[in-house]
Amino acid sequence: MVAGLINANPIVYEKKERRPRTGSVVLEDEYAVESIDHMVVFSLTFLHHIRDIKDPEHPYSLEDLKVITEDAIEVDDKRSYVRVTFTPTVEHCSMATVIGLCLRVKLMRSLPSRYKVDIRVAPGTHATEAAVNKQLNDKERVAAALENPNLVDMVDDCLAPSFE
Amino acid sequence: MASVSEDNLELQEIQKLEGHTDRVWGLAWNPTSGADGVPAVLASCSGDKTVKIWQKSPSTSSFHLKATIEETHTRTVRSCSWSPSGKLLATASFDATTAIWEQVGDDFECLATLEGHENEVKSVSWNASGSLLATCSRDKSIWIWEALPGNEFDCVSVLQGHTQDVKMVLWHPSEDILFSCSYDNTIKVWAEDGDSDDWHCVQTLKEANNGHSSTVWSISFNATGDKMVTSSDDLSIKVWGADIVRVQSGEGYAPWKHLCTLSGYHDRTVFSVHWSREGIISSGAADDAIRLFVENQDDLGDGPMYRLLSKKEKAHEQDVNCVQWGSKESGLLASSSDDCSVKIWKLGPRH
Repeated sequence: MVAGLINANPIVYEKKERRPRTGSVVLEDEYAVESIDHMVVFSLTFLHHIRDIKDPEHPYSLEDLKVITEDAIEVDDKRSYVRVTFTPTVEHCSMATVIGLCLRVKLMRSLPSRYKVDIRVAPGTHATEAAVNKQLNDKERVAAALENPNLVDMVDDCLAPSFE
Repeated sequence: MASVSEDNLELQEIQKLEGHTDRVWGLAWNPTSGADGVPAVLASCSGDKTVKIWQKSPSTSSFHLKATIEETHTRTVRSCSWSPSGKLLATASFDATTAIWEQVGDDFECLATLEGHENEVKSVSWNASGSLLATCSRDKSIWIWEALPGNEFDCVSVLQGHTQDVKMVLWHPSEDILFSCSYDNTIKVWAEDGDSDDWHCVQTLKEANNGHSSTVWSISFNATGDKMVTSSDDLSIKVWGADIVRVQSGEGYAPWKHLCTLSGYHDRTVFSVHWSREGIISSGAADDAIRLFVENQDDLGDGPMYRLLSKKEKAHEQDVNCVQWGSKESGLLASSSDDCSVKIWKLGPRH
């Protein structure tokens, strides 16, 4: 798709030790959300869904490149609301919309349909932040993009490690 | 129907129509159905690439699936619209085409396929007489097509002006004036230059004119056509007015002016608004809710011009994409959703 890499030498960070993985059972427990500890577990459950997504142009995960970190996910279970904030590796990253699309598709496939999901780039980390955010949250554009076989192949490729 | 000034009205779910296998985007009531012994007919279109035709059974008063239009559009069918005569159905698809259908017996036959847009067609609308059709696309353009004898459709004009994809086009209910709204946050008004077949933009309603600050998704008119309502990703609904009598008497163009903004109601994108003949504005949004608004009757001069009449939280399990009042039967509302269903509602006294 691109002749040269957008970011030829990304910084790869050491993986943090993972907290134990929690099952989706937590999602069903309406009382769990009342304690802060559970909120943390909760975000981690969501994080688990997206941390292993592969970067579109490198053999590293979004977590390896710190595109996604633990505090990237805000969950308000009472309102069935999730917001994911990701950090492109370079501020002119043309892959930002593809990364955002991967995040959206992964959450669409993993979460109960009652969740409303907003996806955005971290404030100040992308040259066309407002434009990228607007596109990622226009569901008509997302729907049209997901009918494009080339784009779907690319997304599926990035998502493959996250389903392992 | 009870007076709209009564506050004890609510939407009651009459029926849930299931059959689509993907999100349902658009709805269109056949304008000639639903009265004088003609059973109400509703078309719904979906991400499953099909259009379904639902008909009310005279004996049971419930809706049933009458026909499924499939295997023509190769991608999402985003919008559908009946011609004023109720004889033709136009369908706009992400496959970049618009198809024209005619009912033959129990089947729908494709009479024409309108090609020209570079990519996704998002909306299609017939003018009041049925002689003109407008389509719009992610390619930022609006095409005006003339319906000719023999089911020919000729493109008479391509309108450029929006700087981003055009979400919806809608003709004025009586005048040949076209309205469009866009991802560029504006609403544009288009009119013809005398007899020259040359269409141009006569007005742009922007954020600076009390307009919307994000994508404008939908447009609707009141029965007399002197007021317009629009809905947006900025979570607001706006009402606009124009001296349409001036236009109708041939005195020239009457500009549209902002009358009021309804905000603080929906807390996610308002995808659809539709104004009923009785003056009730319905709105459907990504917060899964449907809300109804009416003009304030007890107006003391400084209060809001419109007030919330009723709301239905959790009208659907997911985003509400379209709301449409029945063309003949008072208080009949249809809604469509990402939850793959269509619902039929009746506005009636609260139990």
